[in-house]
Amino acid sequence: MSTATVDQPADAAPAAAPSVDRIAITVRVRRFNPEVSAESAWVDYQIEMDPKERVLDALHKIKWEIDGTLTFRRSCAHGICGSDAMRINGRNRLACKTLIKDINPDKPITVEPIKGLTVLKDLVVDMEPFFQAYRDVMPFLITTGNEPTRERRQSAKDRERFDDTTKCILCAACTSSCPVFWNDGQYFGPAAIVNAHRFIFDSRDEGGEQRLEILNEQEGVWRCRTTFNCTDACPRGIEVTKAIQEVKRALITRRF
Amino acid sequence: MTRRYDGRGRWSVIRPGPTDSEAGRPLSPHPEGISVPAGTLYRGREGMWSWVAHRVTGVTIFFFLFVHVLDTALVRVSPEAYDTVIASYKTPLVSLMEYGLVAAVLFHALNGLRLIAVDFWGNGPRYQRQMLWTVMGIWLVLMAGAAYPVLHHAAEILFGE
Repeated sequence: MSTATVDQPADAAPAAAPSVDRIAITVRVRRFNPEVSAESAWVDYQIEMDPKERVLDALHKIKWEIDGTLTFRRSCAHGICGSDAMRINGRNRLACKTLIKDINPDKPITVEPIKGLTVLKDLVVDMEPFFQAYRDVMPFLITTGNEPTRERRQSAKDRERFDDTTKCILCAACTSSCPVFWNDGQYFGPAAIVNAHRFIFDSRDEGGEQRLEILNEQEGVWRCRTTFNCTDACPRGIEVTKAIQEVKRALITRRF
Repeated sequence: MTRRYDGRGRWSVIRPGPTDSEAGRPLSPHPEGISVPAGTLYRGREGMWSWVAHRVTGVTIFFFLFVHVLDTALVRVSPEAYDTVIASYKTPLVSLMEYGLVAAVLFHALNGLRLIAVDFWGNGPRYQRQMLWTVMGIWLVLMAGAAYPVLHHAAEILFGE
């Protein structure tokens, strides 16, 4: 007992815990372990949670207190790293940004891996095709000529042009919500196009033509069917379909 | 996917040889004999369901046009056979299907205008939901208007004058 505490008489009741109204919830996880079974299965976990807690906290409680074999990705747990995108109650969300009270805790909360990418175990999917599409749009500054001796300046208006698409955290919630991507996984996907948009419309960048050519391919922006699943799924509130539409229009008008 | 730079500002995409996939993006390795489950239905919102409806009505209209070309071409084969087929179109069941066709064509046409607005009007993606409800409103009005001309003949057969 090294922590300093307020002295209490030995027979005093322990200090009342801060009052939280815990509720009983059922978390229904779609589990898959290729080393055990080729089939995936729904597994229900009954736990007690504060409804103001997040789905990620519920998964932690399950993993730490009930079944340590439950496998999922999470790093920062605060909606920045983008590693815990999963399908909660049928929709792509970040488990760390979804409060239990917001998704009807009266019914079982279903948690599944994101669609369109190969499930490796439980909620972990192989992200490699997703990141390959990201790399394919060359998401870095491309310039020609000598490097300036000072920073590359940009007006606030020019910066505003691509502000929305700088918010992406590469969680794959958009790409794995896209019916075109589910089809064969060859479509570049919303996330790659969003990150291409971020450089195409950057006044300092000179690689716009190259990126547009890449997105003009068969698997590029023209496969978008404007289902708006990506816009609805984005945990950062990026208007993804709008960005894709702007790239389409840039391809037609060659003005960007 | 590999790219080649020609030194004059143009990049060309080199399709790799035999690859897992057309665009050359890797497919995930699957352990032998493992079939990964497809998963459950995605709970998309209006945008996704309007896309599904657009696709379904589009395919429906395509098959109607296919049948329509066939029955019209029949007049070249035998005018009597053509008359027989056209007479069968006056039955109540076919009238109901015609009303369904009106529904499909109207939805496909109106939603097509919405999709054009989504792609070509800068604010289109922001107002896609409102535009969809506008489309559904106009669709309902036009469907109500089409009910009498399309269905009154069938109604007379079924319920009398």
